[in-house]
Amino acid sequence: MSKLIVSLSPHAHSRDSIERNMYGVIIALMPALLASFYFFGLGAVIVTATSVAACCFFEWAICKYILKRQQNTLLDGSAIITGLLLAFNVPSNLPIWIILIGALFAIGVAKFTFGGLGNNIFNPALVGRAALLVAFPAQMTTWPKIGQWDTYLDAETGATPLSIINSAIRMGDASLLEQLPSSFDLFLGSSSGGAGAMGEICALALLLGLAFMLYNRIITWHIPVSILGTAFVFSGLLHLANPVYPDPFTVLLTGGMMLGAIFMATDYVTSPMTPKGQLIYGVAIGFLTVVIRNWGAYPEGMSFAILIMNAFTPLINNYVKPKRFGEVSK
Amino acid sequence: MKKLESSLLNMVLVLTGVAVIMGGILAFVNHLTEGPIADQKAKALADGIKSVMCVDDLQVANTDTVKQTDAKGKELVYVIYETKDAQGKDLGAAVESTTGGFGGNLKVLVGFNTEGQILGYTLLEHAETPGLGAKADKWFQKGEKGDIIGLTPAQPLTVSKDGGKVDAITASTITSRAFLLAVNNAYNAYKAAPIDAESGATKKSE
Amino acid sequence: MNAIQIIKNGIVKENPTFVLMLGMCPTLATTTSAANGMSMGLATMAVLICTNVVISCLKSVTPDKVRIPVFIVVIAAFVTLLQMVIKAYLPDVDASLGLFIPLIVVNCIILGRAEAFAAKNSPVASLFDGIGIGLGFTLGLTLLGMCRELLGSGSIFGFTLIPETYNILLFVLPPGAFITLGFLIAIVNKIRN
Repeated sequence: MSKLIVSLSPHAHSRDSIERNMYGVIIALMPALLASFYFFGLGAVIVTATSVAACCFFEWAICKYILKRQQNTLLDGSAIITGLLLAFNVPSNLPIWIILIGALFAIGVAKFTFGGLGNNIFNPALVGRAALLVAFPAQMTTWPKIGQWDTYLDAETGATPLSIINSAIRMGDASLLEQLPSSFDLFLGSSSGGAGAMGEICALALLLGLAFMLYNRIITWHIPVSILGTAFVFSGLLHLANPVYPDPFTVLLTGGMMLGAIFMATDYVTSPMTPKGQLIYGVAIGFLTVVIRNWGAYPEGMSFAILIMNAFTPLINNYVKPKRFGEVSK
Repeated sequence: MKKLESSLLNMVLVLTGVAVIMGGILAFVNHLTEGPIADQKAKALADGIKSVMCVDDLQVANTDTVKQTDAKGKELVYVIYETKDAQGKDLGAAVESTTGGFGGNLKVLVGFNTEGQILGYTLLEHAETPGLGAKADKWFQKGEKGDIIGLTPAQPLTVSKDGGKVDAITASTITSRAFLLAVNNAYNAYKAAPIDAESGATKKSE
Repeated sequence: MNAIQIIKNGIVKENPTFVLMLGMCPTLATTTSAANGMSMGLATMAVLICTNVVISCLKSVTPDKVRIPVFIVVIAAFVTLLQMVIKAYLPDVDASLGLFIPLIVVNCIILGRAEAFAAKNSPVASLFDGIGIGLGFTLGLTLLGMCRELLGSGSIFGFTLIPETYNILLFVLPPGAFITLGFLIAIVNKIRN
């Protein structure tokens, strides 16, 4: 006779776990990773490998030696995602030591000072990127041109579509926008697509990742769709009012818009929990991104917009609560 | 010792007393330091003028304040220090000019010779980011990457990104633009007549 | 409490930067280099010693209800005095800290010590409290300034240790001040316990 085991509820488990979701996100990032290897070659491989290895090392070392935790969180996959996303957000000609500092900021400052996965207020990869941008503005704002296979530190640099847009708006000269690559090039990624960060030059690969994550229910549609929709509508209105502002398709396909909307803003820990809250969060990110891009000092606003809304997430969670089961509706 | 009671008379007396004594001490120290402070200011200005004119032996012959109104209706003030050497020969002028930089007001002192060539410059006041825009104090000097010494801003100087011939400071285009604007404005204020003819907005006063 | 105890109290047990966490505005704003942090600390210490002694002397003639206005008049007078002296004789310090010297008036360390210590103790004890707290503040600011200068500009007291390529600009900027202060407080508390 088998032993009767008495245990507390819950008794039914789904297959859902931190590991399953995290590794799902990693698989979803693969098309974009391959695209960045294809477009940036050697530099992309070195930067990605360094970033992932450094994030995993800091995760392991802080868990083991500083926090002295029994269970090491190295293998839950979150450090790998942070490493990949950090690499996607930086130029592929960034020296290794700068990537190490970025990884230390992402894992050490943004994640573990708050207590590790689940407790961090801000998206670690974005904090790493923001810290690097403030710390090394010269290196972080010179972007390598797409389509250089065998270069790393000596890659030729060029103007990103966003910096063209930025100077067009500053000088009020719409004719500068003619230098922009076509939407088709931006969508597929191509060597005539100018320059940029590793993870932002091929929208198609990112959208494949989105489709994978939606199909496997790793994320829901609310955040990406509300961000992209808001940005599309808002920048479309601006474009109609004054053609010096770029057309909405270009806005969606340039810079970190897709990467941010699909992979960064949807981070479980730092985004609101309810669908309604996620819509509020997404709309605000889309709006802020366009505002920062068009009227801010930096050409790209996605990462700052997400970080700002990360800070509002606890507030949104507090105000947008689902009704308790059985509660009488008012 | 028991504390004084908080009666109205006591409070008024003590507060007045403390204020008067402290005021007296301040007046005395102010009297002592007034001279040195004025000296320091004059010395800093004289050093600045000497360094931008690249001459040690000079005197300020005449100080002019020029006020202009820019396109947005904001009043801009330029101070022109006309200088002569020991023999009384005209050396040109050092011009103080202010524009809005990345972090706040950017105030530069630019030295011009009589033909309007830039002799030198120094930043008098700025709030640019250290390590970026703040590099402007060296960047445009002789032999540096954005060398503007010896140029004549008759054609306004612009950064290469805007089609000009001056290299902007790495990652600080806004500061570079503001700096060159300040230099161009200083030149226009120095060569006051042409501006006057163009816009009619120049007002000269002593 | 004897003099040494009072001074030690100011530096270790009630360190204004790491324990009391008072005067955070100058702490964060002026510590872009070790020299700046130290100048600000010394300037604050000079004001604190003077105000502590004067306020302690005046404590028996100060009616309770107007004590805060009296303290503020005394503090403001000494700060203005210090500013004039610095402008006249230390133009370099004036150039780097000029904006922050008048703000010593509203530095809560000074009013805090006046209220918490000088108004209750003898002028001599207040003198030592001013020295102790002042030294504690100076130490805190110098330490913070040293860390930020080393990481951000690669030097300590202007003496270059790390070549310019490897400077992390972030630490000279305001966010670096918050991050460095946070980590220093954590380290100091870890050591103290």
